[in-house]
Amino acid sequence: MRRALWILAVLLSHWRRHPMQLATLLIGLISATALWSGVQALNQQARIAYDRAAATFGGSRTAMLVARDGATFPQTLFVDLRRAGWPVSPMLEGRVQIDGRSFRLLGVEPVTLPSEVGNAPAVGRGSLQSFITPPGEMLVAPETLRDLGKEGERPEANGTSLPPLRVQAELAPGALIVDIGIAQDILKMPGQVSRLLVGKAKAPHAALESVAGDKLRLVEPSAESDLERLTDSFHLNLTAFGLLSFFVGLFIVNSAIGLAFEQRLPMLRTLRACGVSARMLNTVLVIELVSLALVAGLVGLVCGYFIAAALLPDVAASLRGLYGAQIPGQLSLKPVWWFAGVAISILGALAAAAASLAKAIRMPVLATAQPQAWQQAQRRWLLLQSAAALAVFAVAAGLIWFGDSLIAGFAVLAALMLGAALILPMVLQVALAFGQRSARAPVGIWFWADSRQQLSGLSLALMALLLALAVNVGVGTMVESFNRTFLVWLDGRLAADVYVSAASDQQAKEIKAWLRDQPEVQAILPGGRADTQLGGAPIEVLGLPDHATYRDNWPLLENVANAWVRLRPGDTCLVSEQLSRRMKLAIGDHIEVPAPGGNWPLEIVGIYADYGNPKGQIAVNFAALTRRFPQTPMTRMGLRVAPDKIAPLITALQEKFGLDDRNIADQARMKTESKRVFNRTFSVTAALNAFTLGVAGIALLTSLLTLANSRLPQLAPLWAIGLTRRRLAALELLKTMAVALITALFALPLGLLVAWCLLAIVNVKAFGWRLPFHVFPLQLIELLAVALAAAFCAAALPVARLARMQPASLIRIFVNER
Amino acid sequence: MSASGTITRRAFAGGALGLALGGKTFAQGFAGLGETAEGFAAVTPGKPFTFPADHGPHPEFRIEWWYVTANLSDTSGAAYGAQWTLFRQAMKAGGPAEGWANQQLWMGHAAVTSAGTHRFSETFARGGVGQAAVEATPLRAWIDAWELRGRDAFDAQHVAPLELKASAADFSTALRLEADRALVLQGDHGYSRKSDRGQASYYYSQPFYKASGRIVIDDRPVDVTGVAWMDREWSSQPLAADQTGWDWFSLHLPGEEKLMLYRLRQKDGRENLFGNWITPDGRSAEIAASGNSIAPVTTTEIDGRKLPTSWRVSLPARGLAIETTPLNPKAWMGTSFPYWEGPIRFAGSHAGIGYLEMTGY
Amino acid sequence: MLRVTGLTKSYRSAGEDIAVLRGVDLAVATGESVALSGESGSGKSTLLHLIAGLDAADSGEIALADTVVSHLNDAGRAELRRDRLGLVFQQFNLIPSLTVADNLVFQSRIAGRHDAAWHDELVERLGLKSLLRRYPEQLSGGQQQRVAIGRALAPKPLLLLADEPTGNLDEDTADEVLALARDLVTRTGCGFLMVTHSARLAATLDRQVTLHAGIVA
Repeated sequence: MRRALWILAVLLSHWRRHPMQLATLLIGLISATALWSGVQALNQQARIAYDRAAATFGGSRTAMLVARDGATFPQTLFVDLRRAGWPVSPMLEGRVQIDGRSFRLLGVEPVTLPSEVGNAPAVGRGSLQSFITPPGEMLVAPETLRDLGKEGERPEANGTSLPPLRVQAELAPGALIVDIGIAQDILKMPGQVSRLLVGKAKAPHAALESVAGDKLRLVEPSAESDLERLTDSFHLNLTAFGLLSFFVGLFIVNSAIGLAFEQRLPMLRTLRACGVSARMLNTVLVIELVSLALVAGLVGLVCGYFIAAALLPDVAASLRGLYGAQIPGQLSLKPVWWFAGVAISILGALAAAAASLAKAIRMPVLATAQPQAWQQAQRRWLLLQSAAALAVFAVAAGLIWFGDSLIAGFAVLAALMLGAALILPMVLQVALAFGQRSARAPVGIWFWADSRQQLSGLSLALMALLLALAVNVGVGTMVESFNRTFLVWLDGRLAADVYVSAASDQQAKEIKAWLRDQPEVQAILPGGRADTQLGGAPIEVLGLPDHATYRDNWPLLENVANAWVRLRPGDTCLVSEQLSRRMKLAIGDHIEVPAPGGNWPLEIVGIYADYGNPKGQIAVNFAALTRRFPQTPMTRMGLRVAPDKIAPLITALQEKFGLDDRNIADQARMKTESKRVFNRTFSVTAALNAFTLGVAGIALLTSLLTLANSRLPQLAPLWAIGLTRRRLAALELLKTMAVALITALFALPLGLLVAWCLLAIVNVKAFGWRLPFHVFPLQLIELLAVALAAAFCAAALPVARLARMQPASLIRIFVNER
Repeated sequence: MSASGTITRRAFAGGALGLALGGKTFAQGFAGLGETAEGFAAVTPGKPFTFPADHGPHPEFRIEWWYVTANLSDTSGAAYGAQWTLFRQAMKAGGPAEGWANQQLWMGHAAVTSAGTHRFSETFARGGVGQAAVEATPLRAWIDAWELRGRDAFDAQHVAPLELKASAADFSTALRLEADRALVLQGDHGYSRKSDRGQASYYYSQPFYKASGRIVIDDRPVDVTGVAWMDREWSSQPLAADQTGWDWFSLHLPGEEKLMLYRLRQKDGRENLFGNWITPDGRSAEIAASGNSIAPVTTTEIDGRKLPTSWRVSLPARGLAIETTPLNPKAWMGTSFPYWEGPIRFAGSHAGIGYLEMTGY
Repeated sequence: MLRVTGLTKSYRSAGEDIAVLRGVDLAVATGESVALSGESGSGKSTLLHLIAGLDAADSGEIALADTVVSHLNDAGRAELRRDRLGLVFQQFNLIPSLTVADNLVFQSRIAGRHDAAWHDELVERLGLKSLLRRYPEQLSGGQQQRVAIGRALAPKPLLLLADEPTGNLDEDTADEVLALARDLVTRTGCGFLMVTHSARLAATLDRQVTLHAGIVA
């Protein structure tokens, strides 16, 4: 033990003499761990939130009985099933408007609630009585409490007082939990329930049909929550970026460890000569590496925590905007996250050091003359790598052809990038050989030839640069494409000039009556939305009034002739792109939509884009909607108003009906809000993008630093034959820039290919919409500049050292070189 | 003190029913027992009982139960026990309301016991919607699929014939109960004193049932016959705060004589013994408050608790000196408030069978 | 104390076996100093490396005191070097990131044979007292080789092996360093086997052995 400590101290003494090298190694490990664990923290945070939502009183984790038509049903069915031995618990779900905002109200029955549904621990902790005894209690998550007021307060909805608020930490945000009896009163649905949760308790019970006839059907629990399924793509995206940053970080670690190993070779030999056995030395080398990785891992975790905390608001905004998922803004991490972070740091360090460690293990005590066949070996290696690249490209092509899932989409991306990275050295080799052939002056020929010789040392860093650039181009193009499409779409979609949301149907009527007397109001466009389900998944039914505003502006992707006219009778509908892709619906198909009065048969006459909506949607004539879904709130309306009268009208409405900003908005504000939400959606991607590029820059810098030391012997002869140090430095800089430029030029088409994959494969699978593909040349030029700037910065330090190097140091090369 | 242990059955189980879903804050609930009688009807001596009306619920009182235990045996003579219980508790004074606002909570317990196995189950329900209730005419008490129901030619004085059903994942019971004589008022003409500080309940029993039917344990049906005993009790008065638990016997003596006997234990170690001696013709007399004794003989350890499962009972004035042994010492009811309840045998001056319940251990 | 019998060793190079040692017999007694000389390629360095256990012989036997070196595995040979041998090379082979003081104690520390008094004496005799806190790169060649000799002798080895220890030093320094080494060898009573191509330096030792074409001439 003592002996090992002595050897460890000797090994560590190297870092004391080379602090920059140690810093590089640690930076690599820290950035790899930080980005990886930061992304993991975000994913974990989201997953906890989904679990909360899924477990909130019968999310998708619980088996349940629902009405065949998706409507509510009488609670006598609950009693009949209990009396037949079924371990069921009733639940009523609805929405309430509080201060113009919509909340999900869940009525539960705590006494029969299956214990595994959980999440209602406070109910029953002596508080059962106050929960079920009028006025009862309304349980909300802490986040929701902040929106609604203080504990004990009673918010108002539609003129009635809701039960006093009580906070319960485990609840999903946005849900209001009350006793079922109280919920029936609030929602004015006496004796009705939405579904029956089925407990796991096994008791003999009668067949479902013998009790409930064909009124109810059993929905089996799914291990994956709805939110998890919906948000998979988003987290896959985050994970992919985390992984990319992690690998780029490992490039740094690899070059730092490689350098340190080369420099310590004589030391290792001396140790062996002084009687340290190979096994002992290897063990201590691993111990040293693991200790460093441990330290770096812990620092990386702390950094990862801060990265996650900094990105969390954007991630939460993205998830809310895209999927309606509520993620708490406070980061809470499980112990397993810390362990996993340290473990990934250690594993990463070991992987990055594998080559060096293998060399150390095989190292003979006596230095023997190296065969000078490296050039041949390099060529063979290049050919092998290129062959592998072609194989990987073939796999990518096969995946594009046959793959039909999100995973396949990401696999295509991964294969593309891996293949491109593998083939990069060959591309550079060919480009440099071409340069060499076209050179005339001897220094020119040396310039190209020496660049080629440098390739093997630089290729890892250049691969990192290639990947970072390609991903940047790809993601940048996707975001820009999205932005452009979204803006055009928004203009059509937000066609009315003013949007009003009344607090109640009654108020809506009063507002409409008042508006009719206002001459500046050109049209009142009522709107409404009902919830139902199609093919087992929830969908929205949107009611559109028959008005020129919609006919002229509402953007349709595909439609039959006279689609708007055909909507009028109420037997046709438009479907959103997401829904049409998910259920493979096309124009002319017929669907049956469950409605309270029975199924509603509809023919599809058009498909429209509905970006950013997690739910499938169909659009029907508004009047038909109110006939089929009589309980649809009539509180929303859009107004056409002469442009110069918008502001005064809003002010007048606000004053007359006590509406605030949440209830009334003009088109411009709606657009700004929507754009803001969508910009946030991609801000996380952009941030991770920047991190990745930064890490790639560091990788390039460390590689060049590593090379700079070993290159002195190659530069010294040139200096000796009369090239000035300044000239040599300039040539060195030029060489680095040249290979970086070739790499960046190669990255551009690769990036566009990545963008195409994201738009045509990943987005379609993940979100259900396909965006048109645009190329943005300015953006590409910008990235080229960034890449060259990164290469310049990375090359500047070693080159500056070379320019300032004392002649004595160059002379010493000749003395030491044997 | 094992808080939850104090609460079951005759122990004003209903008083704790409101806590059934948690149990953690029992202490608070226990303290609550002392107060919540307010607004409910009081138990006073001299109440005239009327049947079948009194078979039904008394919602003006806080707590109430319908309690049946049966000592059974199969054709080969192997002994079994069965329990079927429905508890009612009002969470709030002032008559039951319609629908979910009803404020009545119901709890059902069922169990079967053999020498080798003991199976139990529990279930809960809110009143007002039909998931659980009791109707007096015709007598029908139910919670979920468990049921106690008067059959054709039901005699309200005999509380018979009855049909009893309960089923759970790993057992079920279906019994028919017949009786050829009238029910019996316990305590002093149905007024049963629980302490010298006014705690009391209304209490009557039908100890003369002949039972027959079938019990199923792990899908293995057994046809059984035997005797059964029903207890009906209701009250608003909580148990005195210093009473920690009790040991309760219902014994079928030779010659159709019956003995109901219980000991209430206090924190300070003192105890009170109450009981009624019932003659074959249905006359019921309170046993004397002093001179009698019950004492543990051997204990069994279950779930880390020590339970006296064998007892020595001595009523010198009645010439009774017996020792009881359990059919299955592990007859532990691991329900939301756990307790011990199971069939016993006894020998000595008298020999026979019966049921024992122990709480607060 | 050191007995080498019938040692052979050949290397494979360019598809051809080249026999470097072809049956070498050699003995060094306790307290004896022996110079091993011969022209380039005579196999003298190879012989030294084999004795040090840095490489394995093809056949023959090397015995150090009661240990047969050729029977040991890698760990055993490392232990032998650590505990019973001192090695000095032409290239000094100091650890550049350790100070002179740390370099000096290094081998005795890992051998667990650190002797403070002997250490002080070594520092004194080698004249390193004022240099203890320097790093090897701040020392002259002669100073570096003195540190290497100190490191090799610190664990009081049975045998000091030196491979052209003065090859990188000028003549005056070489004489001075070798004199110091001989002194200390005498002081510890260990054996001393030095490879040198200099007849002048070889003559200063007790006995001279010349290797020619892989056998003792």
